[in-house]
Amino acid sequence: MNRKGYFGDYGGMFVPETLMHSLHELEDAYEASKQDETFQQQKDYYLKEYAGRETPLYYAEEMTKALGGGKVYLKREDLNHTGSHKLNNVIGQMLLAKKMNKTRIIAETGAGMHGVATATVAALFGMKCEVYMGREDVERQGLNVFRMRLLGADVHPVKTGTATLKDATSEAIRDWAANYQDTYYVIGSVVGPHPYPQMVRDFQSVIGRETKRQMLEKEGRLPEYLIACVGGGSNAMGLFYPFAGDADVRMFGVEAAGLGIDTPMHAAAVAKGSPGVLHGMLSYFLQDGDGQILPVHSISAGLDYPGVGPEHAYFHDSKRAAYVAVTDDEAVEAFKFLSRTEGIIPALESAHAVAYAMKMVPGTEKGDIIVVNISGRGDKDVEIVARHMGVDLK
Amino acid sequence: MTRIGNKFLNLKKDKEKALVPFFFAGDPDLKTTYQLVLAAERAGADIIELGIPYSDPLADGPVNQAASARALKNGIRLKDIFSLVEDIRKVSNIPIAFLLYFNCIMQYGMTRFLSDCVSAGVDGLVIPDLPYEERERYKPVFAQYNVDIIPLVTPASKERIKKIVADSGGFVYCVTSSGVTGVRRSFGTDFAAFMRDVAQFTDTPKVLGFGISTPEQVAELKEHAEGVIVGSAIVALMANSNPANLIGDFSGFVALLKSALR
Repeated sequence: MNRKGYFGDYGGMFVPETLMHSLHELEDAYEASKQDETFQQQKDYYLKEYAGRETPLYYAEEMTKALGGGKVYLKREDLNHTGSHKLNNVIGQMLLAKKMNKTRIIAETGAGMHGVATATVAALFGMKCEVYMGREDVERQGLNVFRMRLLGADVHPVKTGTATLKDATSEAIRDWAANYQDTYYVIGSVVGPHPYPQMVRDFQSVIGRETKRQMLEKEGRLPEYLIACVGGGSNAMGLFYPFAGDADVRMFGVEAAGLGIDTPMHAAAVAKGSPGVLHGMLSYFLQDGDGQILPVHSISAGLDYPGVGPEHAYFHDSKRAAYVAVTDDEAVEAFKFLSRTEGIIPALESAHAVAYAMKMVPGTEKGDIIVVNISGRGDKDVEIVARHMGVDLK
Repeated sequence: MTRIGNKFLNLKKDKEKALVPFFFAGDPDLKTTYQLVLAAERAGADIIELGIPYSDPLADGPVNQAASARALKNGIRLKDIFSLVEDIRKVSNIPIAFLLYFNCIMQYGMTRFLSDCVSAGVDGLVIPDLPYEERERYKPVFAQYNVDIIPLVTPASKERIKKIVADSGGFVYCVTSSGVTGVRRSFGTDFAAFMRDVAQFTDTPKVLGFGISTPEQVAELKEHAEGVIVGSAIVALMANSNPANLIGDFSGFVALLKSALR
């Protein structure tokens, strides 16, 4: 990072002046927390005792046999409490919110996993929680909406724009601008203005650090390949970042190709986007020549976002990671494949990573090791997949 | 100096304050926007702030979001808005500032954008998502064009004010309170202290905006600034007006606001 808050040319703090004071305050609190032993101990305590870390790095023997290439390991973030990697970040940020004496918590959510994780810790810490969620996502992820409400959070459906994650994020930022004095905004991915992309990456890096240690224990060496899905990109960055200095480890970020990246119905911001500014960050976005953000599509609500975190933009430009895309159909096939071969139902988001592994692994050497991040579990997606397969659950 | 700077010199001479109505270019269409600008001038407006419709207006409340969406639905493009300003310039010299999000400038191309501003006759830019930390980098480019970059300060800016208003042009946009654009019943801000903080660091005229919606509020706030911006209230009036009476309703409201400034 050359300039403060930048990853190469990407990142920054492109927000209304009203929020600048709050961002600097957050940055100071976050920097201080790094040196604060009590804070670190509390974070480790909740990650272990509450979230249930560490998560297994599981050798997927059946998947390996079925694909006929290198050895596939699955990083089981789906086994975290609340069912996804999102809790890693939420625990860190909520401890920070407490430290900053904030009493009200807001969050945006796409598929609802980040919203559920935030509502969960807010319940635990006895804090008021409000979650913004696009109306379209409220409809397609009804189970998670009900979970959040059970946990005591208010869920606000966002009807503006495309009524998905992008608009939920905008609405959360607007709320924060009005209520910054008592409110902490828990961003769920490596997106937004500085210091969020860096902070969320640091909190999620527990995924990669564990993977590295577990891999050394199991195989005595590092893997050849890492694969993770990318919406905003927090599970991917959490896995990738601790390996960034290991030049022989190749990383693949898998974006949502929706109905195909040559149609308008996809969410592949790195593959088809260009540098632009939204939600406080300079990064890759799907947009037109006037800078209007384009509507995007993915079967997975968590990947249905027109941009990507700035550090991924940097990893792409510097070729540290490669970004690929798989379609809705391929993701659904992978969803079924992992369920049948390993008895693990992945989130549709994570199924994108599995789908790319299915394409890539057969071409790898027998001795190669591939780690696929299973960022979340698929219970929330069963209804969507049934619909996609033409099955009526009623 | 741009038309904005000249306008404030004249207002000062006449001991008057600036009324800056805000509305969106292309809401409901560009022909109406053309008529509204000229009607506003006739009704006593001093400077026009034109919103450039954007898909994701982060600093805007529901009223402006809806107006922005209405204009975009009609397929409005930035180049059409520049043509609109060119047409206005054939008949009027009223200062015009654009309010737009940084991505619009970035994608259009910064130098192309600024030179189109100059050739069309756009005098100033309010860019709500370009705080001084990010503006710094583009300063050398901005400096080459006779377009005022109008900074925003808020009551929360405090120790940031000095840096924000350094080299400000046109006017300083003083945000009345926290939050996004939209009608407010009250502000909860100590305006005397806030404006004193700003005045300490700049002689550039100070204009209050965000949430100012009634002639009563205008009258109450005028002593604190060299002008006021009225936005959402006008945009809402336009949204709710019968199209046949739109220009009349709009002109009447602008005239009321201006008389409250006197």
